[in-house]
Amino acid sequence: MKNFMKKPLRKKVVIVLAHLFLAVLAIFWLIPILWVVLTSFKGTLGSYSATFFPTSYSLQNYKLLFTDFSAFNFPQMLLNTLIIAVANCLISTFIVISVAYSLSRMRFKGRKKLMNAAMIVHLFPGFMSMIAVYYIIKLFGWTGGSMLRVAMICIYAGGAGCGYHIAKGFFDTISYSLDEAARIDGATRFQVLRHIIMPLSKPIIVYTLLTSFAGPFKDFMLAKVLCGAYSDYYTVAVGMYKMLEQEYITKWYGSFAAAAVIISIPIAILFFCTQKYYAEGVSGAVKG
Amino acid sequence: MKGKRKGTPLVWLSAIIWGFGCIAHKQIIKGMLFLLGEFFILRFLLTSGVNNLKLLITLGEREQQKIWNEALCVYEYIDGDRSLVILLYGIITIAVIGFGIILMKKSVKSAYEVEQLKQNSKKIPGFREDVAQLFDNNLHLTLLSFPVAGVVIFTILPLIFMMCMAFTNYSTIDQKLVLFDWVGLDNFKTILSLGNTLGQTFWSVLSWTLVWALLATCSNYILGMLLALLINWKEVYAKKFWRFCFVLTVAVPHFVTLLIVKQMLQPEGAVNILLRNLGIIEMTESLPFFTDTLWARVTVILINIWVGVPYTLLQITGILQNIPSELYDAAKVDGAGPFKTFTKITLPYMLFVTTPYLITTFTGNVNNFNVIFLTSGGAPRTIGATAGETDLLVTWLYKLTIDNEYYNTGAVIGIATFISLAIVSLITFNLSKSMRDEEGFR
Repeated sequence: MKNFMKKPLRKKVVIVLAHLFLAVLAIFWLIPILWVVLTSFKGTLGSYSATFFPTSYSLQNYKLLFTDFSAFNFPQMLLNTLIIAVANCLISTFIVISVAYSLSRMRFKGRKKLMNAAMIVHLFPGFMSMIAVYYIIKLFGWTGGSMLRVAMICIYAGGAGCGYHIAKGFFDTISYSLDEAARIDGATRFQVLRHIIMPLSKPIIVYTLLTSFAGPFKDFMLAKVLCGAYSDYYTVAVGMYKMLEQEYITKWYGSFAAAAVIISIPIAILFFCTQKYYAEGVSGAVKG
Repeated sequence: MKGKRKGTPLVWLSAIIWGFGCIAHKQIIKGMLFLLGEFFILRFLLTSGVNNLKLLITLGEREQQKIWNEALCVYEYIDGDRSLVILLYGIITIAVIGFGIILMKKSVKSAYEVEQLKQNSKKIPGFREDVAQLFDNNLHLTLLSFPVAGVVIFTILPLIFMMCMAFTNYSTIDQKLVLFDWVGLDNFKTILSLGNTLGQTFWSVLSWTLVWALLATCSNYILGMLLALLINWKEVYAKKFWRFCFVLTVAVPHFVTLLIVKQMLQPEGAVNILLRNLGIIEMTESLPFFTDTLWARVTVILINIWVGVPYTLLQITGILQNIPSELYDAAKVDGAGPFKTFTKITLPYMLFVTTPYLITTFTGNVNNFNVIFLTSGGAPRTIGATAGETDLLVTWLYKLTIDNEYYNTGAVIGIATFISLAIVSLITFNLSKSMRDEEGFR
């Protein structure tokens, strides 16, 4: 602040204006979030309200989510998503780390071809293969069964092999002389990976674990295509989308906001954790 | 293949009896594994594979039949062919054949290699050593086989399956939902011509998709960069606080924020209520956020800015802090003003570093299902019977397949999306390459 006082008047005005501008923008960005938090505590039913922010507050929207299972079984949805998220995060991390390590540390025939293929696959609407899997599931009559869950995990994790870029970038920063030293001492490639690279890669492994865990909580498209009308297998995203449909909106509007708050808090925390690990990962492990 | 040109009859035989070369040189287990692979693949081909391929040509012709059973006095149904099943099994068979060819090549190659070792009188590795190599110099085979299998089975094969439908008449049009046929390029002709509703819808949706992707990418990029520059400005206090405010919207799951914004922008939603209470619009009036074409299009772009700018901010902040400060010092010495510094140093540097990021954002926006589907849902629905004014190719693809069961048209749209993306990516990539050579930031 001492510096600020010393500046010429014109500069002071510009600085104050810049801060005001940022404040206005920040309000624009934060208002919807504030709105949904307040709406989740709304005391009245229905989507219509005569004021921007609710006038009376209660906890009934949250209570409804965990007690009324007539239309939506919210705990079940949470459990569904959690099962898929845990399985996906374990398999995906294994896949991503394997692919990234191979592409970063090993030189073999077809390496470039694999990377190009991954890029080309990425240009197709991801959704096309989802629809195809949906047909296949429908074809075999698996739509109502637990195969649905298996299919979702398989598609989330199966596609993980193409998302190796960040982890590969991390492995690229680890000095190759570490590998060479270990190889001279007689370590096999696998031992190098297991005892030298893995301990150095904690930030990127945690990053991959966290992001792939959050994936199913954030994804809407695949779950919507696959679950269709089978409410037993709804993930949170599909369930929340349903709550806003014509027939449910009056009763569940406030609960939608409540569900949004419940889901967003852990995911936001996870996100800020990943940012920390991401920063650590990008800045590299052992340089030199 | 090298093996075939120089190899002895033993190598040749390995193409017919897989693993023969290995067994002959005492690599018994490896050879037996090859042979076992051949056995299973051949058994599959002979029992059902050949039949699958034969059916694939016509995609099935028998319809379901109703036969009167005299004894039981009921109609009995005899199952007809189901073209979709035939198509699926056909593709699986082709995939198995492809896998078989790879295995055969491997068999010939390893026979050739073992021959070479023998000729140079080197030691021939046993099975144990081969396995050990899988964890050493061949570690990539071990690590990559599972992920590659995953991508092939759950992404590439379904993609091919879907793409094949583009060449059939699998659709509710003419009730071709059980039995359908190959129709060649007819669907592409329908879609590309302007003479029918589907074609007109396609061109209108395609042009909006490209306009949307361009506007969405540029607006996010420019505004995100300006915001990042402003927060990065050395006179701004509490940088971390400002960043937190914006990044909070990225932290909340996308679909949640989008559904919230959609609710707020409804005719009786919070924003209209607020505007009414503030006296900006009449008490009975609502702004047509999703009901008027132009309004809806501007609204979705604004929503995308709201969702996307913080994300760009996150990406760009890191890059901005990495610009070598010598560049700025040199500019200062030469007497360049802040505007000139921006256009001559910051902007070219950013463009140089972020071109790949721009391409992925563009691709992401063309395939941006969530922002459209969860907010406007494609509304207002005025063009054609299947698409709305804000529908992108992907959301139209969704509606065509899931809601309308025009499976073949949907597949054509998917391929069209891929082609347009591939063209745009190729052009940008080449342009950025030439730009790279000229600027030479390294």
